[in-house]
Amino acid sequence: MNEILEGVIKAFQLIFSGDPRVFEVTLRALLISGIATVIAIFIGVPIAMFIALKNFPGKVLAKGFFNTFIGVPTVGLGLILFIIFSRAGPLGFFGLLYTPTAIILGEAILIIPIVVSLTTTAIEAVDPDIMNQAKTLGASESQASITVLQEALSGIFLAGIASFNRAIAELGVAQMVGGNIEHWTDVLTTTIALETQKGNFALSIALAIILITIVFAITITVNIFQRRRK
Amino acid sequence: MTVIAELKGVTKTFDAITALDDIDLRIHKGEILALLGPNGSGKTTLLRILALIQKPTKGEIYLNNVKVTDKNIEQKRLETTLVFQRTLLLSTTVYNNIAYGLKIRKTPKTKIDKEIAKVLKLVRLEGFEKRQAKKLSGGEQQRVALARALILNTELLLLDEPTANLDPKNASVIEEIIATINREFKTTIVMATHNMFQAKNLPDRIALITDGKISEVGTPTKIFGSLSKTLASFAAVENTFAGTADITENGTTLVDIGNSVQIEATVQSNGKVAVFISPEDIIVSRRRFESSARNAFKGRIVEISDLGSVVRLRIDVGKIFTVQITKRSFNEMGLNLDTEVFLAFKASSVQII
Repeated sequence: MNEILEGVIKAFQLIFSGDPRVFEVTLRALLISGIATVIAIFIGVPIAMFIALKNFPGKVLAKGFFNTFIGVPTVGLGLILFIIFSRAGPLGFFGLLYTPTAIILGEAILIIPIVVSLTTTAIEAVDPDIMNQAKTLGASESQASITVLQEALSGIFLAGIASFNRAIAELGVAQMVGGNIEHWTDVLTTTIALETQKGNFALSIALAIILITIVFAITITVNIFQRRRK
Repeated sequence: MTVIAELKGVTKTFDAITALDDIDLRIHKGEILALLGPNGSGKTTLLRILALIQKPTKGEIYLNNVKVTDKNIEQKRLETTLVFQRTLLLSTTVYNNIAYGLKIRKTPKTKIDKEIAKVLKLVRLEGFEKRQAKKLSGGEQQRVALARALILNTELLLLDEPTANLDPKNASVIEEIIATINREFKTTIVMATHNMFQAKNLPDRIALITDGKISEVGTPTKIFGSLSKTLASFAAVENTFAGTADITENGTTLVDIGNSVQIEATVQSNGKVAVFISPEDIIVSRRRFESSARNAFKGRIVEISDLGSVVRLRIDVGKIFTVQITKRSFNEMGLNLDTEVFLAFKASSVQII
C-alpha cells in the first residue's frame, strides 16, 4: 500500500517538477496521435461523405464494414502491420518498422473506421434537402456538399475527438510497430507498460495520470462545446 | 409575350409512381403563375424540376430559350431559385443564411451588407442580422428563407406553398411581399398553392394540376368563372356540391344537393350536376332579412379561420358552406363558433358545372 502511495506522490512530483522524460513522452504521444487523427480525418471524412450522400450498391455493406472495424483489437492490427512493415513484408523496403511514422500510420488505420462511422451518421442526420436548398441558391455540387458538411460539423468534431482519444490511449499498435524505443518511439501507453514491468511505479503512475487527464479534458471540452452549439 | 421558362413533355416517375405526366407549360415573363392542386398532385415536383434540382425522367426544360442540359445545369440554376415549403435554414446567423447565395456568386462584402439590410426591410425583419436563424419563430424563419431567395434577384422565383404552415398574419405579410416584388421588380413568380383564396387573388394565371397532369391553364376569372370539372373534383374546393337539377316553372333551375338543401340557379340545367358558389358571393347576417337573393338558409358556424384582413367561416346549413367576410364585419357582427346565422346568395351567383 505504501508503495502505491509513494508512487502517487512521486508521480505528482515528476509532473509538477517538469521532468524531461515525462514531458518528452507526453509530447510525442500528443504529436503522433494528433497527426494520426488529422490523417484519419482527411481520409475518413471524404469516405463518409461518399457513403452518406451517394446511393450505390453495397452502401449498407460499406457502413457495416467500418462499424465492425471500430472494434478491431489493437494488438491484432499491430501484428498485421508488423508483418507488412517488417523487412520481409510487402512494405518492408520503406524501412518503416519501429519508427514514429509506423505508429502514425497504424493509429490512423485504427481510427479511420471511427471517423467514417461517426461522420457518416452526422452527415445523414443533416436534412437531405439542405443539399437541394444549397443548389437552388446557386451552389455547385461540391459547394452544396461542403454546406452539408458544415451543418454536420459538430458531429465531425466529435468523430475527430473520439478518434484522437482512441489513438492516444491504444497500446497494441504503438507497441508492435513502434517498438517502444526510448527517445524515438516511446509514447504514453508503451512507456506505462514498460515502466510498470520494470517496477518503476512512480513514472508509470505519473504518465497514467497525464493520459487520463488528457482524455478526460478533451471529453469535457467536447461536451461543453456540444452544449453551446445547441 | 416573352416566355421565360418552358417545360416540354416533362414526365417524372419515382419507381412505380408517376408524379408528373407529360407536362407542357410556358411561363411568361413578369407574371405570377399559381400551380393549384390538392396535396400530392405534383406541384412540388414540378417546382423542383423548374428549379433544376430534380431531373425529369423525360422531357425538356428551357430557361430563357436555352435548353437545360447536364453541361449548363449549374449555370442555369443561377437564373432561378426555389423557396421550399419546409423552411430549411442553416445553423448559423440570419446574415449568413441570407448571404449564402451572394457569397457563392462572389459578391463583395460591402454589397452583401447593403443588400441584406434592404431585403430584411422588405421582409420586415430589420436588425435581425445577428440572430441565430433556427431560434426564430416559424413565420420569421419563412421570411428569412424568402429573403435568402429574394436577395439573389433571379428572374424566376419559385415558391412552394409559401404560406401553408403560417398563421394568417404571417401569411398575409408573405402574400404582400410576393405582390410587391412582382410589381416593383417585375420578378416572374411561380407558386404552388392549395389555397383557393390565394389562387384567386394573387396570380395572373392559374395552372390546375391533378394527378400529375395540368388540366387547365387560364386567368383566375376564367378558371373560377367557368369552373372546370377538374377544379370541382378538388377535395380542397369549398362550396362545390353534387346534386340533381330540375328546371322550374319560372325558368330557373333548382338543384337538390341533399339534406333538404335546395339551391336555385339562373342557368338552366337538368339531371346530375355539380354546383359552385364562390365564398365571397355569400352574404351572412344574424337575422333573417328580406332580399332579392333567391337562396337563403339558416345555419350555425362550425369553423372560423382568421386569414388576416378576411375571415373564413364554415357554416352548417345541412351542408357545409364556406363564406368569406371581412375582419371588420366579423367583429361588428360579434360572430362566434355555434352562432346562428343566415346565408343568402343570388341565383345568378350559382355556377353549374
